[in-house]
Amino acid sequence: MGPPGAVRPPYELVAQWIEDTGMALLDLRAKEAEALFRRVGITFAVYGEGGDPERLIPFDLVPRVFGRSEWDRLDRGIRQRASALNAFLYDVYHRREFLRAGHMPEDLVLQNPAFLPQMIGFDPPARVYSHVVGIDLVRMGGDDFAVLEDNCRTPSGVSYMLENREIMMRMFPDLFSKGGIRPVDTYAEDLRRTLEDVAPPACKGQPLLAVLTPGPYNSAYYEHSFLADQIGAELIEARDLFVRDGRVWRRTTRGPQVVDVIYRRIDDDFLDPLTFRPDSLLGIPGLMHAYLSGGVTICSAPGSGIADDKAVYTYVPEMIRFYLGEEPILPNVQTYRLSDTDDCAYVLENLEHLVVKEVDGSGGYGMLIGPKATVQEREAYRKRIEADPAGFIAQPTLDLSTTPTLCGGAIGPRHVDFRPYCLVGKQIRLTPGGLTRVALREGSLVVNSSQGGGVKDTWVLTDDSLC
Amino acid sequence: MLSRTAGNLYWLGRYVERADATSRLLGMGARMTLVPGASSRDDWQSVLDAAGVQRPETSVSGRPEALQALLLNPDSGSSIHSCMQLARFNGRAERTALTSAMWDALNDNWRRFDGMDYRAASRALPDHIDFAQRWAGAFRGAMDTTMLRNDRYGFIRLGSHVERAAMTLRLLEVKYLVLLPERDVIGGGRDLYQWTSLLLASSGLRAYHHLYKGDFAPWNIADLLALNRTFPRSVAFCLHEVNTTLAGLAEAYGQSHPCHEMSAALDTKLSTATMNDIFADGLFEWVSETLHDVLSLSNLIRDAYGF
Repeated sequence: MGPPGAVRPPYELVAQWIEDTGMALLDLRAKEAEALFRRVGITFAVYGEGGDPERLIPFDLVPRVFGRSEWDRLDRGIRQRASALNAFLYDVYHRREFLRAGHMPEDLVLQNPAFLPQMIGFDPPARVYSHVVGIDLVRMGGDDFAVLEDNCRTPSGVSYMLENREIMMRMFPDLFSKGGIRPVDTYAEDLRRTLEDVAPPACKGQPLLAVLTPGPYNSAYYEHSFLADQIGAELIEARDLFVRDGRVWRRTTRGPQVVDVIYRRIDDDFLDPLTFRPDSLLGIPGLMHAYLSGGVTICSAPGSGIADDKAVYTYVPEMIRFYLGEEPILPNVQTYRLSDTDDCAYVLENLEHLVVKEVDGSGGYGMLIGPKATVQEREAYRKRIEADPAGFIAQPTLDLSTTPTLCGGAIGPRHVDFRPYCLVGKQIRLTPGGLTRVALREGSLVVNSSQGGGVKDTWVLTDDSLC
Repeated sequence: MLSRTAGNLYWLGRYVERADATSRLLGMGARMTLVPGASSRDDWQSVLDAAGVQRPETSVSGRPEALQALLLNPDSGSSIHSCMQLARFNGRAERTALTSAMWDALNDNWRRFDGMDYRAASRALPDHIDFAQRWAGAFRGAMDTTMLRNDRYGFIRLGSHVERAAMTLRLLEVKYLVLLPERDVIGGGRDLYQWTSLLLASSGLRAYHHLYKGDFAPWNIADLLALNRTFPRSVAFCLHEVNTTLAGLAEAYGQSHPCHEMSAALDTKLSTATMNDIFADGLFEWVSETLHDVLSLSNLIRDAYGF
């Protein structure tokens, strides 16, 4: 929200709607929405913590809104970043021009556990490594957005973008009937096209697509089955597959059938025990060989995770200049690299003002939020940093923007971030929308669903305001 | 269809059926112990035997052990609790293969037995038994009225009828003594209550009266449970359904496997058998052999479709 009392133009329709509907009815609708989510089975699984193992992500009825010109700029910035990240991944596994030119220390790549030597010199179809790039954005005040982190490997949450919209359209059809809110249901079609774009050389006809899931115990299993359903792909587990004659086959009731493109939602480590973890019972023996010889395409490419590293992230603006010859449209959040002695000294002196993250962490785990931490927590974290400074980065606690949110029968400000999903195949496709995550506790900055965050529908308007 | 999907659907069918059949066995046990002299008989032990639960080496099980094993145990694969969990788990893995009505039925109160103790279970046993039967019934009803009659339907159906045939055969195996004709009496008189509880455990009391009229005769009870072609819990009925379903799959896929041959042979065997022949060769031997055949058939089905 902007200055107190003022409604930013894109939100005028929402403000009007809240006033017309009234809090009592909104509250009732919120409960109906929850029942719908439960019924459809849109849950994420949390095992081993006691309580209901299948939890709902709280859904906030008040949408997050982008006006047309705001979105146009984001759209360009997101596409730009997704291109640069893919160019970087190609470069890292080929001539390493970016490193040779001295833009980034070599060790950051070559010593990185996410770097896969097996991928060196291999050209994935269409030279794409990350086919779905999730870029986490925050608004810094005014119209300035900045990138918080990149997710090139397997960004999750896109099913919420689609389901949140379904539920909003079902509950408030009037809002959508004027046609001012751009649809998001093109995502599934675009994802299918993107995956078909990168069919392997061995595939001669219509490519057979499959979504590879770790199985029903995985927290994002609902999303995996939802996406498979939406794009007409088969939902498979590693044990359904085997490799023969350089191709990947799935076991079916009619005998073995070939799989061309695997949209994997599992980590590199569990792809192929022959290549990655000889001790692992998981994975498909021989998969990497089939991949490297053009018998199957794996999306995202093994080894893409290097671009998710939070230390690598700090170099993305430079990548954009280097590979694309453009100025970054979306800047990074100011970030201290603790591998740098000056930065490290500064961070250790100012722990109480900073957020410190592990370079390979995700999901909001393992980070220190300086202002919220106790003295003991900060001191414990300090010891961890001193033991391995290069394992951390730090960012100032951001003055994250808030959006109006329904909480306890009233509308109040809550912090949000935003993750669009950019599809990269032979061309780049971006759905006008994304996942808005909201920190439901007042003042909280943590939006991860595993840490009490909720979600909102995200609207991109066909104009700057609909009123 | 993925073989794993076929396997999940097959086991979904088996676990729903097992929850249902187990609830009937619990009902049988609860009823038998209401008859005077129960403590001297091993009624609960026989219920556990019929459910295929391993006998402890030293002691004989009573009501607490039976309720633990057949109602509450969360992990055994034999209790109603674990059958419901496993059925739902298999269904969840194939969420998109089920209709929403089927999923709703599986989901209904699926955590009812979480953390329940023996006292709570024992106090409301009739309610729990009713619940399990309604739960299974709701699933079957939803399946019957909402599911496409394709291969997915076929695999659930295969699982439920294989399981039902096995459950009926185990019941016969445990209770065969009371079904022997008078001249073969082993160890003295039998009680009416044994016969009625046997029929109750297979929901066949009314059916019996419709079909055979008059007094209970062990001969007729055995006929109802083993060979009757109209009674839906009889071995012959279940194996006929299995055979029809397998034939449908063979036609749809244009592929035939050893399971088809065996199932057709079993169906023929049961449609031509008479109780005279069975008693002549020995009821116990016939039951054991048929149970063995059903389990082999199940393995052949799994081999044929790769799960």
